[in-house]
Amino acid sequence: MNKIVLGLLVGALLGAIDGGTAWFTPAVRPAIVGIIFGSTFKGLIAGVAAGIFARKVNSVPLGILFGLAVGFVLAFLVAYLQHGYYFEIILPGSIVGGLVGWATQRYGAPVAAAAPAR
Amino acid sequence: MTAFLNDKAVERLRSVGALSDFSGTRYILQEFLARGGMGAVYAAQDKTLNRRVAIKVLDSADRHDALQERLVREARVLAQLEHPGIVPVHDAGTLADGRVFYVMKFVEGSRIDQFLASVPSLPERLRLFLRICETVSFAHSRGILHRDLKPSNVMVGAFGEVLVMDWGLAKILRPDSNARSEETVRSTEPLLGAVAGGGETQITSVTRDGMILGTPGFMSPEQAQGKSSSLDVRSDIFSLGKLLGTILTQTKNAKAIRVPRALGAICEKAAAENPAGRYASVSALAEDISRYLDGMPVSAYPENFWERAQRFYTRYQAAILLITVYLLMRAAFVFFGRS
Repeated sequence: MNKIVLGLLVGALLGAIDGGTAWFTPAVRPAIVGIIFGSTFKGLIAGVAAGIFARKVNSVPLGILFGLAVGFVLAFLVAYLQHGYYFEIILPGSIVGGLVGWATQRYGAPVAAAAPAR
Repeated sequence: MTAFLNDKAVERLRSVGALSDFSGTRYILQEFLARGGMGAVYAAQDKTLNRRVAIKVLDSADRHDALQERLVREARVLAQLEHPGIVPVHDAGTLADGRVFYVMKFVEGSRIDQFLASVPSLPERLRLFLRICETVSFAHSRGILHRDLKPSNVMVGAFGEVLVMDWGLAKILRPDSNARSEETVRSTEPLLGAVAGGGETQITSVTRDGMILGTPGFMSPEQAQGKSSSLDVRSDIFSLGKLLGTILTQTKNAKAIRVPRALGAICEKAAAENPAGRYASVSALAEDISRYLDGMPVSAYPENFWERAQRFYTRYQAAILLITVYLLMRAAFVFFGRS
Protein backbone atom coordinates (compact mmCIF):
# COMPACT_ATOMS: atom_id res chain seq x y z
CA MET A 1 0.00 0.00 0.00
CA ASN A 2 1.48 3.35 -0.92
CA LYS A 3 1.83 6.18 1.57
CA ILE A 4 -0.97 8.33 0.13
CA VAL A 5 -3.55 5.52 0.27
CA LEU A 6 -2.36 4.67 3.78
CA GLY A 7 -2.68 8.34 4.76
CA LEU A 8 -6.23 8.41 3.35
CA LEU A 9 -7.28 5.31 5.30
CA VAL A 10 -5.62 6.28 8.60
CA GLY A 11 -6.81 9.88 8.26
CA ALA A 12 -10.40 8.80 7.59
CA LEU A 13 -10.41 6.29 10.46
CA LEU A 14 -8.88 8.64 13.03
CA GLY A 15 -11.02 11.54 11.75
CA ALA A 16 -14.18 9.47 12.20
CA ILE A 17 -13.12 8.41 15.72
CA ASP A 18 -12.22 12.01 16.58
CA GLY A 19 -15.60 13.18 15.29
CA GLY A 20 -17.32 10.41 17.27
CA THR A 21 -15.89 11.75 20.53
CA ALA A 22 -18.25 14.71 20.10
CA TRP A 23 -20.85 12.36 21.57
CA PHE A 24 -19.29 13.09 24.99
CA THR A 25 -20.22 16.78 24.61
CA PRO A 26 -24.00 16.83 25.12
CA ALA A 27 -24.39 20.29 23.60
CA VAL A 28 -23.29 19.11 20.14
CA ARG A 29 -24.68 15.54 20.34
CA PRO A 30 -27.65 16.26 18.03
CA ALA A 31 -25.22 17.24 15.23
CA ILE A 32 -22.95 14.24 15.67
CA VAL A 33 -23.51 12.75 12.20
CA GLY A 34 -22.46 15.97 10.51
CA ILE A 35 -19.49 16.29 12.84
CA ILE A 36 -18.34 12.73 12.05
CA PHE A 37 -18.63 13.34 8.31
CA GLY A 38 -16.81 16.67 8.57
CA SER A 39 -14.08 15.22 10.77
CA THR A 40 -13.63 12.25 8.43
CA PHE A 41 -13.28 14.61 5.47
CA LYS A 42 -10.73 16.65 7.45
CA GLY A 43 -8.82 13.42 8.20
CA LEU A 44 -8.84 12.49 4.50
CA ILE A 45 -7.28 15.81 3.52
CA ALA A 46 -4.68 15.58 6.31
CA GLY A 47 -3.94 11.97 5.24
CA VAL A 48 -3.32 12.87 1.60
CA ALA A 49 -1.11 15.80 2.60
CA ALA A 50 0.88 13.67 5.07
CA GLY A 51 1.18 10.87 2.48
CA ILE A 52 2.55 13.22 -0.16
CA PHE A 53 4.95 14.71 2.40
CA ALA A 54 6.13 11.22 3.44
CA ARG A 55 6.92 10.37 -0.18
CA LYS A 56 9.19 13.40 -0.39
CA VAL A 57 10.69 13.58 3.10
CA ASN A 58 11.89 10.54 5.03
CA SER A 59 11.87 11.67 8.67
CA VAL A 60 9.50 10.60 11.45
CA PRO A 61 9.89 13.79 13.54
CA LEU A 62 9.34 15.99 10.48
CA GLY A 63 6.36 13.86 9.42
CA ILE A 64 4.76 14.27 12.85
CA LEU A 65 5.43 18.03 12.81
CA PHE A 66 3.95 18.34 9.32
CA GLY A 67 0.88 16.32 10.36
CA LEU A 68 0.45 18.47 13.47
CA ALA A 69 0.65 21.63 11.35
CA VAL A 70 -1.83 20.38 8.72
CA GLY A 71 -4.19 19.11 11.44
CA PHE A 72 -3.93 22.45 13.22
CA VAL A 73 -4.75 24.48 10.09
CA LEU A 74 -7.70 22.27 9.07
CA ALA A 75 -9.09 22.15 12.63
CA PHE A 76 -8.69 25.90 12.95
CA LEU A 77 -10.72 26.41 9.76
CA VAL A 78 -13.47 24.12 11.09
CA ALA A 79 -13.51 25.89 14.48
CA TYR A 80 -13.52 29.27 12.75
CA LEU A 81 -16.56 28.25 10.71
CA GLN A 82 -18.22 26.94 13.90
CA HIS A 83 -17.50 30.21 15.74
CA GLY A 84 -16.56 28.28 18.86
CA TYR A 85 -15.09 25.20 20.52
CA TYR A 86 -11.62 26.26 19.37
CA PHE A 87 -9.67 24.21 21.92
CA GLU A 88 -11.99 21.20 21.67
CA ILE A 89 -11.56 21.10 17.88
CA ILE A 90 -8.03 22.41 17.26
CA LEU A 91 -6.03 20.49 19.89
CA PRO A 92 -7.35 16.97 19.16
CA GLY A 93 -7.45 17.74 15.41
CA SER A 94 -3.76 18.64 15.48
CA ILE A 95 -2.89 15.43 17.31
CA VAL A 96 -4.88 13.38 14.80
CA GLY A 97 -2.80 15.06 12.07
CA GLY A 98 0.39 14.19 13.98
CA LEU A 99 -0.67 10.55 14.23
CA VAL A 100 -1.41 10.40 10.51
CA GLY A 101 2.02 11.98 9.85
CA TRP A 102 3.67 9.34 12.06
CA ALA A 103 1.82 6.46 10.36
CA THR A 104 2.70 7.62 6.84
CA GLN A 105 6.38 7.93 7.78
CA ARG A 106 6.59 4.55 9.49
CA TYR A 107 4.48 2.49 7.11
CA GLY A 108 3.43 2.37 3.49
CA ALA A 109 5.58 1.67 0.45
CA PRO A 110 7.90 4.45 -0.70
CA VAL A 111 7.82 5.68 -4.30
CA ALA A 112 8.82 2.97 -6.76
CA ALA A 113 12.22 3.56 -8.41
CA ALA A 114 12.08 4.85 -11.97
CA ALA A 115 13.02 2.39 -14.72
CA PRO A 116 16.62 2.82 -15.90
CA ALA A 117 17.09 4.78 -19.11
CA ARG A 118 17.91 2.71 -22.16
CA MET B 1 80.47 6.80 4.64
CA THR B 2 78.77 8.05 7.75
CA ALA B 3 81.48 10.67 8.04
CA PHE B 4 79.97 12.41 5.01
CA LEU B 5 76.28 11.68 5.59
CA ASN B 6 74.23 12.53 8.62
CA ASP B 7 71.97 9.99 10.33
CA LYS B 8 68.87 11.31 8.55
CA ALA B 9 70.45 10.86 5.13
CA VAL B 10 71.61 7.34 6.01
CA GLU B 11 68.13 6.46 7.21
CA ARG B 12 66.66 7.85 3.99
CA LEU B 13 69.07 5.80 1.89
CA ARG B 14 68.19 2.68 3.88
CA SER B 15 64.48 3.22 3.36
CA VAL B 16 64.92 3.84 -0.37
CA GLY B 17 67.09 0.72 -0.63
CA ALA B 18 64.33 -1.33 0.99
CA LEU B 19 61.71 -0.19 -1.53
CA SER B 20 60.65 -2.56 -4.26
CA ASP B 21 61.98 -1.99 -7.75
CA PHE B 22 59.08 -1.31 -10.10
CA SER B 23 61.17 -0.58 -13.18
CA GLY B 24 59.75 -2.49 -16.11
CA THR B 25 56.20 -2.09 -14.85
CA ARG B 26 53.68 0.64 -15.57
CA TYR B 27 53.76 1.81 -11.93
CA ILE B 28 55.79 4.55 -10.26
CA LEU B 29 56.32 3.92 -6.57
CA GLN B 30 55.17 6.80 -4.40
CA GLU B 31 55.24 5.82 -0.76
CA PHE B 32 55.27 2.95 1.67
CA LEU B 33 51.82 2.45 3.28
CA ALA B 34 51.87 -0.58 5.54
CA ARG B 35 53.50 -3.90 6.26
CA GLY B 36 51.63 -7.15 6.72
CA GLY B 37 52.55 -10.74 7.45
CA MET B 38 53.39 -11.52 3.82
CA GLY B 39 54.77 -8.29 2.47
CA ALA B 40 54.40 -4.56 2.12
CA VAL B 41 51.77 -2.31 0.61
CA TYR B 42 52.81 0.76 -1.35
CA ALA B 43 51.03 3.67 -2.95
CA ALA B 44 51.95 4.03 -6.60
CA GLN B 45 50.97 5.90 -9.74
CA ASP B 46 49.64 3.95 -12.70
CA LYS B 47 51.41 5.58 -15.66
CA THR B 48 49.02 4.18 -18.27
CA LEU B 49 45.73 5.11 -16.64
CA ASN B 50 47.16 8.03 -14.66
CA ARG B 51 45.62 7.08 -11.34
CA ARG B 52 46.78 6.29 -7.84
CA VAL B 53 46.79 2.62 -6.89
CA ALA B 54 47.88 0.44 -3.99
CA ILE B 55 50.35 -2.37 -4.64
CA LYS B 56 50.91 -5.34 -2.39
CA VAL B 57 54.38 -6.83 -2.86
CA LEU B 58 55.60 -10.05 -1.34
CA ASP B 59 58.80 -9.89 0.73
CA SER B 60 60.21 -13.13 -0.59
CA ALA B 61 61.35 -13.69 -4.18
CA ASP B 62 61.46 -17.49 -3.81
CA ARG B 63 59.20 -18.93 -6.51
CA HIS B 64 58.54 -22.05 -4.49
CA ASP B 65 57.73 -20.14 -1.34
CA ALA B 66 54.30 -20.93 0.10
CA LEU B 67 53.78 -17.22 0.76
CA GLN B 68 54.14 -16.52 -2.94
CA GLU B 69 51.36 -18.99 -3.65
CA ARG B 70 49.30 -17.38 -0.95
CA LEU B 71 49.67 -13.87 -2.39
CA VAL B 72 48.73 -15.08 -5.85
CA ARG B 73 45.78 -16.90 -4.36
CA GLU B 74 44.72 -13.76 -2.50
CA ALA B 75 44.81 -11.78 -5.75
CA ARG B 76 42.71 -14.41 -7.50
CA VAL B 77 40.24 -14.65 -4.64
CA LEU B 78 39.82 -10.87 -4.71
CA ALA B 79 39.44 -10.90 -8.48
CA GLN B 80 36.58 -13.38 -8.14
CA LEU B 81 34.79 -11.29 -5.56
CA GLU B 82 33.29 -8.30 -7.30
CA HIS B 83 31.44 -6.49 -4.55
CA PRO B 84 31.30 -2.87 -3.31
CA GLY B 85 32.65 -4.05 0.05
CA ILE B 86 35.76 -5.65 -1.43
CA VAL B 87 38.69 -3.74 -2.90
CA PRO B 88 38.92 -4.51 -6.63
CA VAL B 89 42.14 -5.95 -8.06
CA HIS B 90 43.36 -4.19 -11.22
CA ASP B 91 46.48 -6.11 -12.11
CA ALA B 92 49.00 -8.69 -10.95
CA GLY B 93 52.49 -9.69 -11.99
CA THR B 94 56.09 -10.38 -11.06
CA LEU B 95 58.80 -7.78 -10.42
CA ALA B 96 62.25 -7.95 -12.00
CA ASP B 97 63.65 -9.44 -8.78
CA GLY B 98 61.09 -12.27 -8.87
CA ARG B 99 58.71 -10.99 -6.22
CA VAL B 100 55.04 -11.20 -7.03
CA PHE B 101 52.70 -8.29 -6.58
CA TYR B 102 49.14 -7.33 -7.23
CA VAL B 103 47.60 -3.94 -7.83
CA MET B 104 44.37 -2.81 -6.23
CA LYS B 105 42.27 0.29 -5.83
CA PHE B 106 43.83 2.88 -3.56
CA VAL B 107 41.45 3.35 -0.64
CA GLU B 108 41.52 6.52 1.41
CA GLY B 109 39.98 6.04 4.82
CA SER B 110 40.63 4.66 8.25
CA ARG B 111 40.48 1.36 10.07
CA ILE B 112 37.09 0.70 11.59
CA ASP B 113 38.39 0.70 15.16
CA GLN B 114 39.85 4.18 14.60
CA PHE B 115 36.77 5.35 12.71
CA LEU B 116 34.45 4.27 15.56
CA ALA B 117 35.77 7.08 17.76
CA SER B 118 33.77 9.45 15.56
CA VAL B 119 30.62 7.28 15.62
CA PRO B 120 28.93 7.62 19.01
CA SER B 121 25.52 6.32 17.91
CA LEU B 122 24.81 2.64 18.46
CA PRO B 123 22.46 2.30 15.43
CA GLU B 124 25.13 3.81 13.16
CA ARG B 125 27.68 1.34 14.49
CA LEU B 126 25.26 -1.52 13.86
CA ARG B 127 24.61 -0.33 10.33
CA LEU B 128 28.38 -0.36 9.71
CA PHE B 129 28.48 -3.92 11.02
CA LEU B 130 25.62 -4.89 8.70
CA ARG B 131 27.67 -3.68 5.74
CA ILE B 132 30.53 -5.96 6.85
CA CYS B 133 28.04 -8.84 7.12
CA GLU B 134 26.80 -8.17 3.58
CA THR B 135 30.34 -8.43 2.22
CA VAL B 136 31.23 -11.58 4.17
CA SER B 137 27.90 -13.15 3.26
CA PHE B 138 28.63 -12.43 -0.40
CA ALA B 139 32.03 -14.11 -0.09
CA HIS B 140 30.41 -17.13 1.58
CA SER B 141 27.91 -17.35 -1.26
CA ARG B 142 30.93 -17.68 -3.58
CA GLY B 143 32.37 -20.43 -1.39
CA ILE B 144 35.09 -18.30 0.21
CA LEU B 145 35.90 -17.94 3.92
CA HIS B 146 37.85 -14.88 5.03
CA ARG B 147 39.41 -16.46 8.16
CA ASP B 148 40.98 -13.23 9.42
CA LEU B 149 38.12 -10.87 10.20
CA LYS B 150 39.24 -8.30 12.75
CA PRO B 151 39.04 -4.50 13.17
CA SER B 152 42.32 -3.82 11.41
CA ASN B 153 41.03 -5.65 8.32
CA VAL B 154 37.94 -3.48 7.93
CA MET B 155 38.31 0.00 6.48
CA VAL B 156 35.83 2.82 6.23
CA GLY B 157 36.46 4.91 3.13
CA ALA B 158 36.26 8.66 2.73
CA PHE B 159 32.67 8.40 1.47
CA GLY B 160 31.51 6.01 4.18
CA GLU B 161 32.07 2.85 2.16
CA VAL B 162 32.92 -0.18 4.30
CA LEU B 163 35.61 -2.44 2.88
CA VAL B 164 36.72 -5.85 4.08
CA MET B 165 40.46 -6.09 3.44
CA ASP B 166 43.27 -8.63 3.55
CA TRP B 167 41.96 -11.85 2.05
CA GLY B 168 45.41 -13.44 2.37
CA LEU B 169 44.13 -16.20 4.63
CA ALA B 170 40.95 -16.82 2.63
CA LYS B 171 39.90 -20.44 2.28
CA ILE B 172 38.06 -21.72 -0.73
CA LEU B 173 35.41 -24.21 0.25
CA ARG B 174 34.88 -26.97 -2.24
CA PRO B 175 31.51 -28.56 -2.69
CA ASP B 176 32.84 -32.02 -1.79
CA SER B 177 33.78 -31.98 1.89
CA ASN B 178 36.36 -34.79 1.48
CA ALA B 179 38.68 -32.53 -0.48
CA ARG B 180 38.48 -29.49 1.76
CA SER B 181 42.00 -29.70 3.12
CA GLU B 182 43.41 -29.05 -0.32
CA GLU B 183 42.25 -25.73 -1.65
CA THR B 184 42.51 -25.11 -5.33
CA VAL B 185 42.23 -22.06 -7.50
CA ARG B 186 42.11 -22.62 -11.20
CA SER B 187 42.87 -20.04 -13.81
CA THR B 188 43.42 -20.14 -17.55
CA GLU B 189 45.94 -17.30 -17.37
CA PRO B 190 49.14 -18.20 -15.54
CA LEU B 191 50.60 -15.57 -13.23
CA LEU B 192 53.66 -17.50 -12.11
CA GLY B 193 55.72 -19.10 -14.82
CA ALA B 194 57.34 -21.53 -12.41
CA VAL B 195 54.05 -22.78 -11.04
CA ALA B 196 52.19 -22.78 -14.31
CA GLY B 197 52.98 -25.85 -16.29
CA GLY B 198 50.61 -25.35 -19.19
CA GLY B 199 47.55 -23.36 -20.14
CA GLU B 200 45.78 -24.04 -16.87
CA THR B 201 47.42 -23.00 -13.64
CA GLN B 202 46.74 -24.99 -10.54
CA ILE B 203 47.88 -23.52 -7.28
CA THR B 204 47.49 -25.73 -4.30
CA SER B 205 47.21 -23.99 -0.99
CA VAL B 206 49.59 -24.81 1.83
CA THR B 207 46.85 -24.67 4.43
CA ARG B 208 46.67 -28.09 5.96
CA ASP B 209 45.40 -29.49 9.22
CA GLY B 210 47.61 -28.55 12.16
CA MET B 211 48.67 -25.22 10.67
CA ILE B 212 47.30 -22.29 12.68
CA LEU B 213 46.45 -19.17 10.69
CA GLY B 214 44.50 -16.22 12.02
CA THR B 215 44.52 -13.61 14.78
CA PRO B 216 44.21 -14.60 18.45
CA GLY B 217 41.13 -13.08 20.01
CA PHE B 218 39.26 -13.10 16.71
CA MET B 219 39.82 -16.57 15.27
CA SER B 220 37.42 -19.36 16.14
CA PRO B 221 38.44 -22.16 18.56
CA GLU B 222 38.47 -24.70 15.72
CA GLN B 223 40.69 -22.38 13.67
CA ALA B 224 43.00 -21.88 16.67
CA GLN B 225 43.27 -25.67 16.96
CA GLY B 226 44.46 -25.82 13.36
CA LYS B 227 41.45 -27.80 12.17
CA SER B 228 41.60 -26.22 8.76
CA SER B 229 39.67 -28.98 7.00
CA SER B 230 36.65 -28.68 9.28
CA LEU B 231 36.28 -24.91 9.00
CA ASP B 232 33.05 -23.61 7.56
CA VAL B 233 31.11 -20.32 7.49
CA ARG B 234 30.58 -20.56 11.26
CA SER B 235 34.28 -19.86 11.77
CA ASP B 236 33.85 -16.45 10.12
CA ILE B 237 30.65 -15.98 12.14
CA PHE B 238 32.70 -16.42 15.32
CA SER B 239 35.09 -13.69 14.14
CA LEU B 240 32.12 -11.47 13.24
CA GLY B 241 30.77 -11.96 16.78
CA LYS B 242 34.09 -10.82 18.25
CA LEU B 243 34.22 -7.94 15.76
CA LEU B 244 30.69 -6.91 16.76
CA GLY B 245 31.80 -6.86 20.40
CA THR B 246 34.64 -4.50 19.46
CA ILE B 247 32.35 -2.30 17.36
CA LEU B 248 29.88 -2.00 20.24
CA THR B 249 32.40 -1.20 22.95
CA GLN B 250 35.13 0.79 21.20
CA THR B 251 35.17 4.38 22.48
CA LYS B 252 37.37 7.42 22.16
CA ASN B 253 37.70 8.17 25.87
CA ALA B 254 37.80 4.59 27.24
CA LYS B 255 34.38 5.16 28.82
CA ALA B 256 32.50 1.88 29.08
CA ILE B 257 29.49 1.59 26.78
CA ARG B 258 26.48 -0.24 28.17
CA VAL B 259 25.69 -2.89 25.59
CA PRO B 260 21.95 -3.76 25.49
CA ARG B 261 21.25 -7.32 26.60
CA ALA B 262 19.81 -8.35 23.24
CA LEU B 263 22.98 -7.20 21.45
CA GLY B 264 25.14 -8.90 24.08
CA ALA B 265 23.23 -12.11 23.43
CA ILE B 266 23.76 -11.73 19.66
CA CYS B 267 27.54 -11.34 20.26
CA GLU B 268 27.55 -14.40 22.54
CA LYS B 269 25.60 -16.54 20.10
CA ALA B 270 27.80 -15.54 17.15
CA ALA B 271 30.99 -16.17 19.13
CA ALA B 272 29.87 -19.38 20.86
CA GLU B 273 32.69 -21.84 21.58
CA ASN B 274 30.75 -24.67 19.97
CA PRO B 275 30.10 -24.04 16.24
CA ALA B 276 26.70 -25.74 16.58
CA GLY B 277 25.62 -22.98 18.98
CA ARG B 278 26.40 -20.18 16.51
CA TYR B 279 24.24 -18.68 13.79
CA ALA B 280 24.03 -20.97 10.80
CA SER B 281 24.80 -18.19 8.34
CA VAL B 282 25.96 -14.58 8.24
CA SER B 283 22.56 -13.56 6.88
CA ALA B 284 20.91 -15.04 10.01
CA LEU B 285 23.26 -12.94 12.17
CA ALA B 286 22.53 -9.84 10.07
CA GLU B 287 18.80 -10.56 10.31
CA ASP B 288 19.01 -10.48 14.11
CA ILE B 289 20.89 -7.16 14.01
CA SER B 290 18.29 -5.72 11.60
CA ARG B 291 15.49 -6.91 13.87
CA TYR B 292 17.16 -5.20 16.83
CA LEU B 293 17.46 -1.97 14.82
CA ASP B 294 13.76 -2.20 13.90
CA GLY B 295 12.75 -2.67 17.54
CA MET B 296 11.78 -6.31 16.97
CA PRO B 297 12.66 -9.32 19.17
CA VAL B 298 15.91 -11.08 18.29
CA SER B 299 16.31 -14.86 18.05
CA ALA B 300 19.34 -14.86 20.37
CA TYR B 301 17.55 -13.40 23.38
CA PRO B 302 14.28 -14.58 24.95
CA GLU B 303 12.64 -11.51 26.53
CA ASN B 304 10.55 -11.38 29.68
CA PHE B 305 7.25 -9.47 29.81
CA TRP B 306 8.77 -6.16 30.98
CA GLU B 307 11.51 -6.20 28.40
CA ARG B 308 8.91 -6.86 25.70
CA ALA B 309 6.81 -3.97 27.00
CA GLN B 310 9.85 -1.71 27.10
CA ARG B 311 10.77 -2.62 23.53
CA PHE B 312 7.16 -2.05 22.41
CA TYR B 313 7.19 1.39 24.03
CA THR B 314 10.54 2.30 22.45
CA ARG B 315 9.32 1.19 19.03
CA TYR B 316 6.02 3.08 19.13
CA GLN B 317 7.09 5.87 21.49
CA ALA B 318 5.89 8.79 19.34
CA ALA B 319 2.49 7.24 18.61
CA ILE B 320 1.97 6.19 22.25
CA LEU B 321 2.76 9.72 23.45
CA LEU B 322 0.41 11.31 20.89
CA ILE B 323 -2.44 8.91 21.73
CA THR B 324 -1.92 9.44 25.47
CA VAL B 325 -2.02 13.23 25.08
CA TYR B 326 -5.13 12.91 22.89
CA LEU B 327 -6.95 10.72 25.42
CA LEU B 328 -5.97 12.93 28.37
CA MET B 329 -7.15 15.98 26.45
CA ARG B 330 -10.45 14.35 25.53
CA ALA B 331 -10.96 13.24 29.14
CA ALA B 332 -10.26 16.78 30.31
CA PHE B 333 -12.80 18.18 27.84
CA VAL B 334 -15.41 15.65 28.98
CA PHE B 335 -14.94 16.22 32.70
CA PHE B 336 -14.00 19.90 32.79
CA GLY B 337 -15.32 21.26 29.49
CA ARG B 338 -18.58 22.98 28.62
CA SER B 339 -21.62 20.75 28.89
